[in-house]
Amino acid sequence: MKYVDEFRDGTLACGLARAIAAEVRPSRDYHLMEFCGGHTHAVSRYGIQDLLPPNVRLIHGPGCPVCVLPIGRIDSAIALAQEHDVILCTYGDVLRVPASERRSLLQAKAAGADVRMVYSSLDALRIAQETPDREVVFFAIGFETTTPPTAAAVRQAKALGLKNFTAFCNHVLTPAAIRGILDSTAPEGTGRAKGARLDGIIGPSHVSTVIGSRPYEFVAEQYQRPVVIAGFEPLDVMQSILMLIRQINAGRAEVENEFTRAVNRDGNHKAQTLVAEVFDLRPAFEWRGLGVIPYSALCINAAYGDFDTERRFPIPYRAVADHKGCECGAILRGVKKPQDCRLFGTACIPENPVGSCMVSSEGACAAHYTYGRYRDYRDAGPTRKAVND
Amino acid sequence: MDDTRKRSYLRPLDWRQGRVDMTHGSGGRASAQLVEELFLRAFDNDWLRSLNDQACFLVSSGRMVAATDSHVVSPLFFPGGDIGCLSVHGTINDVAMAGAKPLYLTAGFILEEGFPLSDLRRIVDSMAAAAREADVAVIAGDTKVVEQGKGDGVFITTTGIGVVPEGVHISGDRARPGDRILLSGTIGDHGVAIMSLREDLRFGTTVASDTAALHGLVATMVEMVPDIHCLRDPTRGGLATTLNEIAQQSGVGMRIREAPIPVLSQVKAACEFLGLDPLYVANEGKLVAICPPEVAERLLAVMRAHPLGADAAIIGEVVDDNHHFVEMETAFGGWRMVDWLTGEQLPRIC
Ligand code: SF4
Repeated sequence: MKYVDEFRDGTLACGLARAIAAEVRPSRDYHLMEFCGGHTHAVSRYGIQDLLPPNVRLIHGPGCPVCVLPIGRIDSAIALAQEHDVILCTYGDVLRVPASERRSLLQAKAAGADVRMVYSSLDALRIAQETPDREVVFFAIGFETTTPPTAAAVRQAKALGLKNFTAFCNHVLTPAAIRGILDSTAPEGTGRAKGARLDGIIGPSHVSTVIGSRPYEFVAEQYQRPVVIAGFEPLDVMQSILMLIRQINAGRAEVENEFTRAVNRDGNHKAQTLVAEVFDLRPAFEWRGLGVIPYSALCINAAYGDFDTERRFPIPYRAVADHKGCECGAILRGVKKPQDCRLFGTACIPENPVGSCMVSSEGACAAHYTYGRYRDYRDAGPTRKAVND
Repeated sequence: MDDTRKRSYLRPLDWRQGRVDMTHGSGGRASAQLVEELFLRAFDNDWLRSLNDQACFLVSSGRMVAATDSHVVSPLFFPGGDIGCLSVHGTINDVAMAGAKPLYLTAGFILEEGFPLSDLRRIVDSMAAAAREADVAVIAGDTKVVEQGKGDGVFITTTGIGVVPEGVHISGDRARPGDRILLSGTIGDHGVAIMSLREDLRFGTTVASDTAALHGLVATMVEMVPDIHCLRDPTRGGLATTLNEIAQQSGVGMRIREAPIPVLSQVKAACEFLGLDPLYVANEGKLVAICPPEVAERLLAVMRAHPLGADAAIIGEVVDDNHHFVEMETAFGGWRMVDWLTGEQLPRIC
């Protein structure tokens, strides 16, 4: 435990806060995106914004697996469970993600579909072994961190000769999403696309342990934006913010690594080989909020085709628009904040999510609702106003 | 039929190999035998010995309190306790949180057919020991048996009755802006002890449940500081839920600090591993007290002088806030709110 406490130390945080305050130039502001939901959660849970000068703004990125899952894919999963009578296994948060007509896998489960929550892909494999007379589908989602476990399960299913196990692959790729975000952003004043202004990116921590820091180098080279890969602890986040501000002030755009205790340039070779053995790049994949991004996701390759849900079952894909009032798309692109959505905190709350960002604790709306919504009242509240007047 | 003849027809209960069967809940001879050989022996007192369907007792003057609590904890046995002592402590604590002295308990058992009698005896003995230690008599009870697969071993519902000392008015709606918030000790121990045994989570830990009867601690607290406004034991939903309940009930807000909230390092580590926040993890032997600022230090000293309050701390204060938010300064130095729990953190914890 010592090990973790070290990265949450208030005194060290205070020192870093002072260093950041001394580094920022009052004449400008700094728009930094933390890509990962894990960082979003840390920022909210530890109240990191309170330790930053007002002209350093953190923008929540799309790195939350259930947030970017489009409605169409969940509709497909519901159809699998209800029409094809499979045992559908998936991670807990996925169950609550709203699909078409405000349905969800949780509702399908309550209505009798066999939907099971698992903690790992291997749990799904075990269920397949235990129920040889039923089709078992593992609804696989996530970024590069959860991809190797899915690959391992598929490979093991083949080794065991299982006939009733397939994976419904929805794995997506971080660098492609960053490119999607950057393509939708434009320098201020050009009026090009409606994207957020981004001066720098706090890079993923767990994802980077798998893929390394090299895949982000295009951000610095082609988009001239600095990236600092950061661990998930609050001091990591503070340190990476300081490093980004230093780069921005010096006019540099480089990929730096704050998370050296776990990340190197090349990543985890073994995991990468495993993933390459089982998956191919998908030519196109729809992301909630970001639209269709080319080569941004994975599918199971021909060699493992027998374990691919999409080959075993006819599940036509239908793109479905988000709920009219939901701003998840703009939030995932960093253009809007949760409190800009008129459904926030009224029709949409964690118990009853309208959009996907309200589901997982890593989602921007859920994080703001759970940890930060009191600020909306404080900032606009009568007391504060009276003081300003 | 006289007692000796009745007994001669029945083989004694087999405490080694025997199991609960449907006849034990039928109200017939087997039920009577279970009452006599198990419950009477364990809880022995005049009320039970009279073998009536109810217990008669004298009412003392003053305000009485009643509380009831059902226990469905899984697993039934865990480090630091079992469903038996938990069902005694849980209800005694609910009674004690009114500042009351608990006097009597009743217990209802729902047993699953096939449950080993040896385990049942262990549970009942543990209940009896807990009740004796707390100086509370179990004066009435009931047993039902459900078919195999319709229960999960044992469910126990207990009801407690107690009396509130003169001059004590404790209620969840009495928190006032300026009041101080005190916590009696480390949080999350019970929840982590239970979770460590769950099939799907199983992890090694040395944390034991904190299950304990708190009425002794409460008695010294109300004696030394009668003007306590609120008391509550943060069980299911943890400290966070208790603070939100009181804020809502009293129509106030709260500002607490993370740093003084005691958490065992093993509990921190387990929560880290499970992705949980100790603020939401269940306790069974802790309490939150809210009192006027001028008596807070005195109350803290009284709590710390008691073994069940040795780690007590002042963790924050009540503020004026019509949104009833609980805000917390994190140990890291920023602020966040501590919201109601969303969904179920983990079922069947108590
Ligand atoms: S508050 Fe709900 S509806 Fe609004 S953007 Fe967030 S998730 Fe969507």
